[in-house]
Amino acid sequence: MNRVEAVAKVTGRARYAAEYPVDDLAYAWPVQSPIACGQIRRVDARAALAMPGVITVLSADTTAPFGLSGPYELLIFGSRTVTYRGQLVAAVVADTLENAQDAAAAIRVSYAESPHEVILRADDPGLYTPETVNPDLPAVTGYGDVPAGLARADAQVSVTYTTPAQHNNPMEPHAAIAAWGNGRLTVWDSTQGPSADRDTIASVLGLPAHRVRVISPHVGGGFGSKGDTRPHAILAALAAREAGRPVKVALSRQQMFALTGHRTPTIQHLRLGASADGRLTAVSHDVIEHTAIRTEFAEQAAAATRVLYATPAMRTAHRLARLNVPAPSWMRAPGEAPGVYALESAMDELAAAAGIDPVELRIRNDAAVEPDSGLPFSSRNLIACLREGARLFGWAGRDPRPGQRRRGNWLVGTGVAASTYPARRRPSQASADADGDGFVVRIAAADIGTGARTALTRIAAGALGVDVRRVRVELGDSALPGAWLAGGSMGTASWGTAVVAACEDLLKDGRHGRADTSAEVAGDSGFARHAFGAQFAQVLVDPGTGEVRVPRLLGVFAVGRVIDSMLARSQLIGGMTMGLGMALMEATPIDPSAGGFVRQDLAQYHIATCADVPDVEASWIEEDDEHLGTVGAKGIGEIGITGTAAAIGNAVWHATGHRVRGLPITPAKLVLADTVLAGTVLADTERAGTVLAGTERAGTVLADIRQAEPGKGAQAS
Amino acid sequence: MEPSATYQVTVTVNGERRTAKVDPRTSVLDLLRERLGLTGAKKGCDHGQCGACTVLVDGRRVNACLALAVAYDGARLTTVEGLAQGDAGANLSPLRFSPGGATPRTPRGTGDEGANLSPLQQAFIDHDALQCGYCTPGQLCSAAGMLTEPGPSAVTADPRQEPELTPGEIRERMSGNLCRCGAYVNIVKAIAAVAETKGAVP
Repeated sequence: MNRVEAVAKVTGRARYAAEYPVDDLAYAWPVQSPIACGQIRRVDARAALAMPGVITVLSADTTAPFGLSGPYELLIFGSRTVTYRGQLVAAVVADTLENAQDAAAAIRVSYAESPHEVILRADDPGLYTPETVNPDLPAVTGYGDVPAGLARADAQVSVTYTTPAQHNNPMEPHAAIAAWGNGRLTVWDSTQGPSADRDTIASVLGLPAHRVRVISPHVGGGFGSKGDTRPHAILAALAAREAGRPVKVALSRQQMFALTGHRTPTIQHLRLGASADGRLTAVSHDVIEHTAIRTEFAEQAAAATRVLYATPAMRTAHRLARLNVPAPSWMRAPGEAPGVYALESAMDELAAAAGIDPVELRIRNDAAVEPDSGLPFSSRNLIACLREGARLFGWAGRDPRPGQRRRGNWLVGTGVAASTYPARRRPSQASADADGDGFVVRIAAADIGTGARTALTRIAAGALGVDVRRVRVELGDSALPGAWLAGGSMGTASWGTAVVAACEDLLKDGRHGRADTSAEVAGDSGFARHAFGAQFAQVLVDPGTGEVRVPRLLGVFAVGRVIDSMLARSQLIGGMTMGLGMALMEATPIDPSAGGFVRQDLAQYHIATCADVPDVEASWIEEDDEHLGTVGAKGIGEIGITGTAAAIGNAVWHATGHRVRGLPITPAKLVLADTVLAGTVLADTERAGTVLAGTERAGTVLADIRQAEPGKGAQAS
Repeated sequence: MEPSATYQVTVTVNGERRTAKVDPRTSVLDLLRERLGLTGAKKGCDHGQCGACTVLVDGRRVNACLALAVAYDGARLTTVEGLAQGDAGANLSPLRFSPGGATPRTPRGTGDEGANLSPLQQAFIDHDALQCGYCTPGQLCSAAGMLTEPGPSAVTADPRQEPELTPGEIRERMSGNLCRCGAYVNIVKAIAAVAETKGAVP
């Protein structure tokens, strides 16, 4: 069975949000704030309103306040306060895209600017501990005596790892077409969850939910950035109301950087201790992240540390700095992606310090119960993944010494890291109906490229006991039975549970079935449910230029039941490919003087290209987990990106002997490691006038991220 | 202010003559998507950085977002909507295929509708060379154009020799088309499978 919508996608017939033929369509183009902090004094739209084709201008000066409730980012034009660069402050509606774009440039906005703070620093006096971190976890946990555990350790590491801000950058820019009729609003939106999107849009506009409909049968990727309603959808609705005709808002790639979410930068300090046999004596993981002035988003970067390894003493903590930045948001494996990178890099350092093979170190510290909670695992096959991966990769007999191997001019290294991601599910509804010779299953799920439509077709066919060709799945429309969004790797498990229940209900009378899984899902307790995996990387490093290539990436995962092996492999490979980008190139530095993201397009924000990814393999071990409910799947959308960057970073150390402790691992960091001040590394010299400086001395790192004075250039301490 | 000037442009798209009055600032991509109702070519960056808008102009791949419509009056365009008609990419590859260690997968039976797919379109389905599908039209048009482009690339060992179309050559020649879902390894397998089949025909 191929992807259900594959033919529509290869022929160009699959329509995305901006592509619906709507009569009398007008175009809105946003105006964004060039300041990061202050007040809007005045929006002068006179010149713009006189330009060809301009219908209206929206701004805090002209648009009536409407916000009843909702996140700050969505209450557009509702206040004069600016808290981040790129905030939406006005928009032009015109008859054509060209006229709207041109007139937007003629809008003059004056501001009373205040000083901003945008750089995340470990010594920020404003750091605070949030009440919880996402999704609803304690910010601080701990048990045992960490200092005592470290004191009796035979080997230990105390290291600081940093990760930069990153952007999801789905290939389809966020877009919406909004049309009003009879007091009802229809929004064709690029969203990961039509039900949640409808509810948010309705709430922000002060409408009952039944008067809003969101349609999104095809979504061009999201990776979390389309998991929340974004300002473009609210703008389209407001503009359509003001203009009295349907309006399209298709954000540009540049506009997306401030308006559609990003992954917070992190500063992570880890202390690990182990006895001579490699068993952990203590683990501590302290995370510092940024959040926005008006919106708190607390990424759970230490959450995976609470899951991965057994230790008699552990402490994890998160602190946040409120900065003049757009609200950070969901990006593929939020929390786990940066957190596993730091932990699994530190574990590699511990393996070297203890003189134990990195695969073996992880096996020795496998956890019988979830360390932090004491809950039994529903299933845990990390060891099996490590062993199978080591076998497939040819790990046995690896020379542990760094900087020893060459292929031609290239330095060669290999690295390993564990992967993990929670397996959860949420309540959903679904219906199933006999339809001629077949069946139609309806659920307001979203297929953002995961293959949800195909997986649910399989699941429904299995539950009905019929061939997949007799089942049609309708999704991507809030008018369908309400469903959880495509996020948290919960889609298949959440929707599949509802689809199975609806199909079983249908089998009672052979005609109609309905299901609501709230009660069943509420019983998901008593076990720690997580997917696990092991990733192996081979890298080549050019000692002259610092260029890193990854000729081979291999992942072996334990993800419960695999619904469709072709879709699963594509998802896992896709996650690992994004992990390669995270390891080597992805970063959105923030400019301290202008107060915004420096990189705002795909020429500067580099993602992996075809040439970067020669060989990525993913496979899985059989895993039958009876505690996952009717679907039996753990979710595979995100685990692929967890661990990849650590495996690559560990391989770079193995190749070169240099431990780069700040992502991305760019050529500059490796070249400077060889040539600048013996024993000292500049962690990042890419930003004009600013340096994130990390300091490395044989085996230990002094935690620090500092902001150099503008214009002073590179500086290390 | 005066209304902006418009210009009449006639293009042949997928074999069909289409005429539209366009703003001089209108790109070929916006002409296709906003004026002619052909939304197959995608807008991913509007700056020639992602390749999602790739179309064929007289068989050569072009970033439609960087092409002004008024400069393409009279041009013959092929978009993803026209690939199935076989009016592009059907020519034999000038480069001989060499698997170079890759092992193209055996295609599955599809059972899908839409019998008139081009070999590339079918191979993309068989190898699951797409996920969200947004880059797919550009990948397909780019691959169709790439398979007819002779000459060496940056990774060709000896630029004096006509290179074999190894997976490494395919990756290099397809690197103007970004895929955020990370389907690259399957995209290369799909293209290699088509190139291999074509290469087998004298």
